Amino acid sequence: MMLRLSNRMWKWAAGILAVLLLSVGAYAASSTTDKVSRTAKPEIVIDRSKSGDKCVEETSFMRKNHMKLLMHQRDETMHKGIRTEKHSLKKCISCHASSKDDSVLGSNEHFCQGCHTYAAVKLDCWECHASKPKQAAPGAAPAVAATVPAPAAKVGAELK
Amino acid sequence: MNDSQASHHSTSEVDEHRRNFIGASAALAGLTVAPGVVVYGLAHAKPDSEPVTNKVRWGLLVDATKCAEGCTDCVTACHTENAIQTGALETDPHWIRKVELKDMRTGRSQSLPVMCQHCEDAPCVDVCPTGASFKRADGIVLVDRHICIGCRYCVMACPYKARSFIHETLTDQNPDVPRGKGCVESCTMCVHRVDRGQQPACVEACSKAGHNAIIFGDLNDPNSDIAQRVAGHPTSQLRADLALNPGVRYEGL
Amino acid sequence: MASITFREIEGSSPRYWFLLGFIALFAALGLGAAYYMEHHGHIVTGMNNSIVWGTPHVFAVFLIVAASGALNVASIASVFGKVMYKPLAPLSALLAFALLMGGLTVLMLDLGRADRLIVAMTYYNLKSVFAWNVVLYTGFFSIVAVYIWTMMEKKMNTYSKAAGMAAFIWRLILTTGTGSIFGFLVARDAYSSALLAPMFIILSFAYGLAVYLLVLMAAYTWSGRPLGDAVLKRLGKLLAVFVAAALYFVFVYHLTNLYFTKQHAVEHFILVSGGIYTTLFWVGQILIGGIVPLIILLNPALRASRGLLVAACLMIVFGGLAQMYVTIIGAQAFPLDIFPGWEEKSAFFDGVVHHYAPSLPEVLLGLGGVAIALAMVTFGIKILRFMPDSLADAEVDPHAKA
Repeated sequence: MMLRLSNRMWKWAAGILAVLLLSVGAYAASSTTDKVSRTAKPEIVIDRSKSGDKCVEETSFMRKNHMKLLMHQRDETMHKGIRTEKHSLKKCISCHASSKDDSVLGSNEHFCQGCHTYAAVKLDCWECHASKPKQAAPGAAPAVAATVPAPAAKVGAELK
Repeated sequence: MNDSQASHHSTSEVDEHRRNFIGASAALAGLTVAPGVVVYGLAHAKPDSEPVTNKVRWGLLVDATKCAEGCTDCVTACHTENAIQTGALETDPHWIRKVELKDMRTGRSQSLPVMCQHCEDAPCVDVCPTGASFKRADGIVLVDRHICIGCRYCVMACPYKARSFIHETLTDQNPDVPRGKGCVESCTMCVHRVDRGQQPACVEACSKAGHNAIIFGDLNDPNSDIAQRVAGHPTSQLRADLALNPGVRYEGL
Repeated sequence: MASITFREIEGSSPRYWFLLGFIALFAALGLGAAYYMEHHGHIVTGMNNSIVWGTPHVFAVFLIVAASGALNVASIASVFGKVMYKPLAPLSALLAFALLMGGLTVLMLDLGRADRLIVAMTYYNLKSVFAWNVVLYTGFFSIVAVYIWTMMEKKMNTYSKAAGMAAFIWRLILTTGTGSIFGFLVARDAYSSALLAPMFIILSFAYGLAVYLLVLMAAYTWSGRPLGDAVLKRLGKLLAVFVAAALYFVFVYHLTNLYFTKQHAVEHFILVSGGIYTTLFWVGQILIGGIVPLIILLNPALRASRGLLVAACLMIVFGGLAQMYVTIIGAQAFPLDIFPGWEEKSAFFDGVVHHYAPSLPEVLLGLGGVAIALAMVTFGIKILRFMPDSLADAEVDPHAKA
């Protein structure tokens, strides 16, 4: 049933196949893994003119628990229609979006991406959610942050 | 499900949440003792912190006699509101579409919009393995994209062709309407607007165009415009043979 | 009979490694295709918003159905006490396990959010037939694993009848579940029939046994072990019964639909005007997958030829894939009739036959599932004693005529 080849030819065939398989594997590995290098500690700039002085909870609490709050709020909003602002992703974004391009993503200087890259925690919020606050209706006054020079605070140093 | 989510929190927080929840429920019970008090379309229908209830059943009434052939204002408004880019491809999503009908015997033609019918006994909700496809207490059928695994069983089950699967990476979503690749989606009855006390975008657009062919309201409230129209006029349900009790009704079909 | 000894295959020849490598290549291509689909989205497949289940589902459902059918041989030995099937049982259980694994891999990798597979385990909607199937699949794996253990471990042999019975009942429920995925869909004219569940069970008997015969013949021929005509004759006759029963069910299913006026349009589509689906139904499913193999299997002279027996099994497998294509894709190609009595037209393709063409990544993913199943079997028989040393007539049935 199977081709009648000599043992030596089967050896060759198996060898060629092995090389083929290895190269497929190597290609897959090279295309899926990112270039491995240590990510520098993020230097995140928060525009205090937009956000005020305080986050919705203590900073230390937020660092540890923001994902739980978001996860909880997500189900409250989705299934019960509870749309309180305090712990919503939209609220996070509205305060923490960069004053340069109004986004929480884009580089390691951006609020969400910077920290998550540093902590190597994958983010998939933004496959569906917008990474920028809702644009004001056309004709409305431009956002304050764009015109007022922002008193910026570095939080990167606090990240230890 | 929500309870299990809540269990991630510290105890005090859960308690706080429960207190709020109970408080809100009590407040709501007080509100709904007198039916028809909440006049829809004025300011907030409900405070943000209160959960939706089954006292309300949101619905749409489409008057096919008023719907203009060739007019697609409702479709355009839906696309704008929900940031839907769609075209002529079979992979493009459609939340609402205008269907042109021709009676096979008499040749009479009609035109009407078809969207998610927000069934009471929705087949999409029945078949969803993870419960991502669900019906909110107020009758709006939604997809929880956080737990949708993209199996498309709901698309197979929907008798109205109301659901779309997202085939490509999306960008520039409306912050109020998260949408993304690999999940199934359908008309949300503009739930983000409804929760703010506004009408769905299609309804607003139809009225702006002067047709008033789609009205929105609470089917459970006997004083609402929609409930009175449904009570006083002959209306029909699409695929009524399936007995799904859709929240979208048609008049003049 | 008492002298039957099970032994691992040697599996050290270059030919063996070539075979394993060849299968692994297809498995790798399948995984690559899945990654490609996942990265770009389903836009790179032939599937669309009218036909949401495509070629991956054809392969996946075929493999899942064949998996439960492949277990039949073992059930006949354990549940119905047929001595001749005893030596065939462990391989049958291994094949069932492997085919289900292959089918589920395809199904999972086709998900829009395959990365969220864990959600399918942590969130359950108990009314969903799919959710039932998640339980049925995991249960099948566990029961078959225990069954294999009771067969292979001497101390556990006494329990193998009980385990075999459990596996038999479970596989009937499992295929009922698979058929009900379609049978419980009220929306589509081609489905919404309880008949689909028993029909899927009968189809699984035929597909599973055909695959089993192919694997058995390949494994014995390529490992140089004797395989007598007695076993093949018995299995071949059984296969004929299954194929005939499958044809009967397909006949009754369509007859029912032809009697109901509201089903006439969809029947006309599948049986007469459906283009590729009509061709696949008549030529693929009925002729190649049913009538021709039946002629071969029922005719002692033709059946005696091993080449023709292999051909018959291959045709049944092809017919099975054709059947799944018609059942899954054909049913979606026929438009939903939301407004009976009206001609429908819209930007979302209401009222027109939907278009679908399989894409390369989908086909590769499907073949990848087949490859994963075959790789598990090929490797399984090397590391554990699934196959008797000999299935020569004298060993299997001492009373067989020389």
